[in-house]
Amino acid sequence: MIKLTINGVERSVDADPDTPLLWVLRDEIGLTGTKFGCGVALCGACTVHMDGAAVRSCQTPISAVGDSAIVTIEGLVGQGAGKEGLAVQAAWRALDVVQCGYCQSGQMMSAAALLTENKTPTDEDIDAAMGGNVCRCATYQRIRAAIHDAARRLEA
Amino acid sequence: MTFQPKTPRAAEPLDLSRRGFLAVVGGAGLGLAVGLKPFDAVAAANGAAPAAFNPFVKIAPDGVVTVVVKHLDKGQGVATGLATLVAEELDADWAQMRTEFAPADNARYANLMFKAQGTGGSTSIANSWEQYRTAAATARAMLVNAAAQAWSVAPGEIVVEKGRLSHPSGKSDGFGAFAEKAAAAPEPVAAPQNAPFKDPSKYVYIGKEGLHRIDNDPKTDGTAIYTQDVKLPNMLVAVVAHPPRFGATVKGFDDAETRKIKGVKEVVAVPQGVAVLATNTWAAISGRNALKVEWDDAKAETRGSDALLAEAKAAVAKADGGVAAVTEGDAEAAFKTASKVIEADYAFPYLAHAAMEPLNCVVDVRKDGTAELIYGCQFPAIDHPTAAQILGLPLDKVTITTVWAGGSFGRRAVPTADYVAEAVAIAKAIEGRAPVKLVWTREDDTKAGYYRPLYAHKVKAAIGPDGLPTAWSHHIAGQSIFGGTALEAMTVKDGVDETSVEGVSNLAYAVPNRSVRLTTLKTGVPVLWWRSVGHTHTAHAVETMIDELAHAAGQDAVAYRLALLKDKPRHTAALKLAAEKAGWGEKLPQGRGRGVAVHESFNTMVAQVVDVTIRKDGSVKVDRVVAAVDCGVVVNPDVIRAQIEGGVGFGLGAALRNAVTLKDGEVEQANFDTYEPLRITDMPHVEVHMVTSDAKPTGVGEPGVPPIAPALANAIFAATGKRVRDLPIGDQKFSSV
Repeated sequence: MIKLTINGVERSVDADPDTPLLWVLRDEIGLTGTKFGCGVALCGACTVHMDGAAVRSCQTPISAVGDSAIVTIEGLVGQGAGKEGLAVQAAWRALDVVQCGYCQSGQMMSAAALLTENKTPTDEDIDAAMGGNVCRCATYQRIRAAIHDAARRLEA
Repeated sequence: MTFQPKTPRAAEPLDLSRRGFLAVVGGAGLGLAVGLKPFDAVAAANGAAPAAFNPFVKIAPDGVVTVVVKHLDKGQGVATGLATLVAEELDADWAQMRTEFAPADNARYANLMFKAQGTGGSTSIANSWEQYRTAAATARAMLVNAAAQAWSVAPGEIVVEKGRLSHPSGKSDGFGAFAEKAAAAPEPVAAPQNAPFKDPSKYVYIGKEGLHRIDNDPKTDGTAIYTQDVKLPNMLVAVVAHPPRFGATVKGFDDAETRKIKGVKEVVAVPQGVAVLATNTWAAISGRNALKVEWDDAKAETRGSDALLAEAKAAVAKADGGVAAVTEGDAEAAFKTASKVIEADYAFPYLAHAAMEPLNCVVDVRKDGTAELIYGCQFPAIDHPTAAQILGLPLDKVTITTVWAGGSFGRRAVPTADYVAEAVAIAKAIEGRAPVKLVWTREDDTKAGYYRPLYAHKVKAAIGPDGLPTAWSHHIAGQSIFGGTALEAMTVKDGVDETSVEGVSNLAYAVPNRSVRLTTLKTGVPVLWWRSVGHTHTAHAVETMIDELAHAAGQDAVAYRLALLKDKPRHTAALKLAAEKAGWGEKLPQGRGRGVAVHESFNTMVAQVVDVTIRKDGSVKVDRVVAAVDCGVVVNPDVIRAQIEGGVGFGLGAALRNAVTLKDGEVEQANFDTYEPLRITDMPHVEVHMVTSDAKPTGVGEPGVPPIAPALANAIFAATGKRVRDLPIGDQKFSSV
């Protein structure tokens, strides 16, 4: 059994240490908000936070997690969550960013991690931080605008 | 009884019941989601069943209005759109609106334009416009009648506003209070024919800003359920080894290593390949990786895409080859007397849809002789009978539960029902020992075929002394999307698949002498419609050629088009609006260029003006796209904006760098490194403007795509003097003029 701390809750999972965190989250723990898109860290749909930093869970074996705190889209907002997550979610809803929505968990996790590091990102900062998150619906313009909006919400 | 908003919020516990599922999260935290019939689930959540007013509108005692959505929402916003139509004519409050996807039921939920249940061709709003408003207006009248009876007042004295019925006497109550009685009352008293539509001047939702998407909340808190997220008790996940070449079959396989992997339960051969079934996805993927399969290539397509393109180019080089799709006037005679003739060749590659959610499908074959499919079903009229036939079950024993789809772009509507048939074949092969979720990896999704076909075009156009075109001959060669499918008889006329030539055959520009020919090629590569279908390539050829003619005539690209669109007021309005908003005619500094295109597809006109910068390294940066759209009545302005923005991005990725190529019959691309979608770093600023119109609404899912590649190519020409005829642009370098 491997112990993981996910969204503030300690979990024990019976899985091989080299199993990607993505599949443990989705198939073992039932946190399906984190999505499978490419399996090789090219699209960012599986992005979660590991000790606050955005990581691709499809390329993170559970053996590499150790005591690190994992936060998924289900834990981005609510008790114990940083204020960036709420700002990102509110901005995403206010600007109607989503279309098919499948990549948006990963987009929001990347956006919240960016805002934790950089309170006032420029378009260039956003493009640099979000360049690894693919959206086939091409909601990118709204993602940029929503990150700026979330930054304003955090300032207020 | 008053209405209580029940829109799920992140702070609430996971409750997917109103989305058609009831999630049961075990005490140990191990997820276990159980599929329930939507009706049962809503009843469980609310304590009482919602009353069905008709196939499209249900109202529960707590006032929740559920719109039964007959189309798949794969991001294009149709759930929001249909809920808007219903909320408007019902005079509901937006907060009380919910949606659920319709079951497979061709009789009740056919797409009125296809006469079959299915989503596509940007038809959802167009074919639902009157049907859903009628359903809502009727339901509203039924509520009014029930309230009038309960209050002993005249129906005409009752006012309906924001989900409440009121009477000047002071009586007032929510929809829920009358729902059951209203829906149960006998016709025609309860369900009057010809309940009047609201006057458009009274609209509170249609065409108004500020209405948020109905799927906003679940898609921003991780609770929206896609096929990938469905989990049934004892379900096995299936990952399939597919042949590397189209048409190859399984000769034999060795699963010794696969079966050693913990979690692998079954390995079975199916017509599509060899399926590895495991208790979780990772074990199934690992099991497939360990599998050794020997393939039989006897019937496989072994040609490469270079050879297929060469064949297409050779075909269009023959002036009288193929079959005539359009013959107007005498193009050949006109060329002989022309002032100037321009000839151009175009090449377009295979394209994959590459939706974010790789294809997947859940199939539950039960011991009682019934089966349920759960997935983002785009074409029930095809998938439903296909599944029933494979299972050997009557149609009424097979149900389809549709969930949100993580994109499609056409890929989930397949005349062969390819991935659905594969999932069903696997469920059948294991004889119902467990429910099955078929999961394709990204690599499977990229390599599985059903691509936008590869095409070659040869265009010859002439201008007269006044610079205006006198003749246009156009020869296209490529595979037929409908050819060889069950829909061929309906869609291929006199050897011409209209989807191969649409956009050229119905040229908007006034050209007196025209010839359009089509050579249909046969290959073993499966092909399919791809967001905007034939317009993906025809718009590029037409809109770059018209630019060449304008240039040859020494005329402005917008003015030249407007002169040729005198009989096309809607094209004209869209083009003028885009040009005006973009500041057309301004002089740009060296290294920058501006290009334009206007194109009609699916009865919607879209004009786009693209600004580019040529970077120091010779690559192209797309700075800005100004779009104008005429799609008739604007139902959801922000959804229209979103679809045009998305169409621009989707088309831009393909124009800049996407191509599926084959070497000796094997697809060379596998994942997002070799088939890289547009990223945020490539996304221009997109502005969308709408032409005011009272025409019946038309679609917006696809029409944003066709103009972007030619407008980009024309902008590159403006900046560099170089024509871009073949797509994708790839890593070409340009120098500015």
